[in-house]
Amino acid sequence: MSFPWAEVYKPKNPLMVWMDERLPMPRLVYNAIGAGYPVPRNLNYFWNFGVLAGVSLVIQIVTGIVLAMHYSTDGNTAFQSVEHIMRDVNSGWLIRYAHANGASFFFIVVYIHIFRGLYYGSYKAPREMVWLLGLVIFLLMMATAFMGYVLPWGQMSYWGTQVITGLFGAIPLVGETLQTWLLGGFAPDNAALNRFFSLHYLLPFVIAGVIILHIWALHIPGSNNPTGVSVKGPQDTVPFHPYYTAKDGFGLGIFLILFSIMLFFLPNYLGHADNYIPANPLATPAEIVPEWYFWPFYAILRAFTVDFILPAKLWGVLAMFFSILLLFFLPWLDKSPVRSANYRPTYAKFFWILVADVLILGWVGGLPAEEPYLMIAQTATIYYFAHFLIILPILSKIERTRPLPHSISRSVLHGEAAESAPPGTATRPNAPGLGQTASA
Amino acid sequence: MFLRAFAVLAGLAFCAVAAWSLLWGVIAYLSEPHEESVTHQFHKAPKHVSFASDGPVGHFDRQQLQRGFQVYKEVCAACHSLDYVAFRNLADLGYNEPEIKKIAADWATQTPSINPDTGEAATRPAIAADKIPSPYLNEVAARAANNNAAPPDLSLITKAREDGSRYVYSLLTGYQDPPASLPADTRPGKGLYYNPYFPNLNLAMPPPIVADGQVTYADGTKSTIDQMSKDVSAFLVWTAEPNLEARHRTGWATLIFLLFGTILAYFAYKNIWADRKAKGGRETTSFTDPDKVGPNA
Repeated sequence: MSFPWAEVYKPKNPLMVWMDERLPMPRLVYNAIGAGYPVPRNLNYFWNFGVLAGVSLVIQIVTGIVLAMHYSTDGNTAFQSVEHIMRDVNSGWLIRYAHANGASFFFIVVYIHIFRGLYYGSYKAPREMVWLLGLVIFLLMMATAFMGYVLPWGQMSYWGTQVITGLFGAIPLVGETLQTWLLGGFAPDNAALNRFFSLHYLLPFVIAGVIILHIWALHIPGSNNPTGVSVKGPQDTVPFHPYYTAKDGFGLGIFLILFSIMLFFLPNYLGHADNYIPANPLATPAEIVPEWYFWPFYAILRAFTVDFILPAKLWGVLAMFFSILLLFFLPWLDKSPVRSANYRPTYAKFFWILVADVLILGWVGGLPAEEPYLMIAQTATIYYFAHFLIILPILSKIERTRPLPHSISRSVLHGEAAESAPPGTATRPNAPGLGQTASA
Repeated sequence: MFLRAFAVLAGLAFCAVAAWSLLWGVIAYLSEPHEESVTHQFHKAPKHVSFASDGPVGHFDRQQLQRGFQVYKEVCAACHSLDYVAFRNLADLGYNEPEIKKIAADWATQTPSINPDTGEAATRPAIAADKIPSPYLNEVAARAANNNAAPPDLSLITKAREDGSRYVYSLLTGYQDPPASLPADTRPGKGLYYNPYFPNLNLAMPPPIVADGQVTYADGTKSTIDQMSKDVSAFLVWTAEPNLEARHRTGWATLIFLLFGTILAYFAYKNIWADRKAKGGRETTSFTDPDKVGPNA
């Protein structure tokens, strides 16, 4: 697909020849994830997470479809039907715990996948579309996960719905009308539960569709790699199959082992105890917290506590949405021609501060909104916005980058020491086109 | 260029407003005395107690579950329902069919029903297929009988509270006289009982297990307050997670299978890559020098 030396699909079996002439589906698969896709030979284990995210989606869809066969979408019976699944459906407990913990593992995998992209500059030209489509998938995942958490109709389901739809209520003028329209009523009830179930069933298939676009867009320039240097020739790549199918197979084994440990031995560790209490509109829980994967954004939402021209609540809502939306502009905010943080020592430092910052936001997002956690959340929020909107645009203009290796195969063969001074490589910082010679 | 200028401005705006909130937070934090709240001060973490069901090889002690069921039947069932447990489920505890039928038929509360002739509300003795009947007809009745505090259903209680079984055990054994230092406005009012293991400190449930020998165990175990509290907590772990043993067994089988498969996958990966991994700067397959390929290849 992407490089002229890619292996070409040559069916031998007469049936496959017949098929290839009429509907070249096997050819499509061969070129997408088979030997027909040449991949940089130097990918590290962080490149396993795309495949793992795909597997996570399949786990969610398969377990989810089975759960839907036994689940009842009614405010009076939803909670009971979940307990029916846990007690009376054959292996129902396994399917439900796999689905609940599968959501968490999907997010763990996707967060590592996103930070991999941030570290190695996978969002930069020519892969902007890959990045943008990935963010669309991330937003769809968040919506799907939120609506899925509503379905057991426990206390956190109910009050989480109240809080999250309440965010739309903060919008001036139309807010309350919008919230009522979203819920189909003045408070979460059957109408909300039914539409959330409908959308929760629909969106994963939309995600699957966008994943196809994501992979399609990826195959135009081909995969990025830890050096960030573009592929220059056949010696830089290996066929996806068998080289990366084998590596992904091993990675998948590790993923499934960790997933099984959570699923079988700590199935409720990542959940909240209150969601085993049936929804009760008359009793507010002591603390309303979303699922752990929303905690960083929840911390940003609650960090705005003082009115400033706009009400504090509206600032929080704006900041929370903007904290994700700004990622769509990242390819144009960070204009450094060098992709990989391995050759951007200053960017690498800020990257690790960002990782720590998001972890801190996640930590305080799960805690009660009280001091000193609010001050920590506010400080971390300031860094989050400063990192993407102030530091990166300026840094990419002034940073002194390290010299890039001449090519992927050279960096593989010569090792780290030779990378710093490969023969004939420009050592000027920000030399235009560095790392993009092949694609330019 | 325009985008980046806008981004820096937007970034400055969000940072400034967050900093403004932070500033007021710091001022408030420094100027206002921050005392520990009373509940925070007197509330205690659950006691350390272990159950056979704890940990990755946890299983149920069936003798203990039967004793716990007996405590539930003779003490808790007067006020607390067990909505998700059917009499037939008691087979898991080691009761046989005639025993279960007898337990169902003799249950203190009868199962709601209708009179087949008149259609009026009626009750009938429970059968094995019935869920354990609730002691109250509905929530209003439960509130009316209990000083407006409806006793929660116990089926899921060890999953619906932090620290589960340890919390239940601590609560049952934790009733005590309020300490002298407890401020007057947090002292238990009428119909409330002081219990430092309850988040709110004052609990509407009167101490349910009050004396040794309150239940006469069928298996002859000495029924101390501690023993009864432990047994009923263990029983409530089972009601909340009846498939715990199957889960642990399946988990170990799955892990052994996955471990084996992953080791095979690792060697397959190493084997396939053996000819591509550079060793000492040399590669076993033919290698074209990148300098000769040129940048536009």
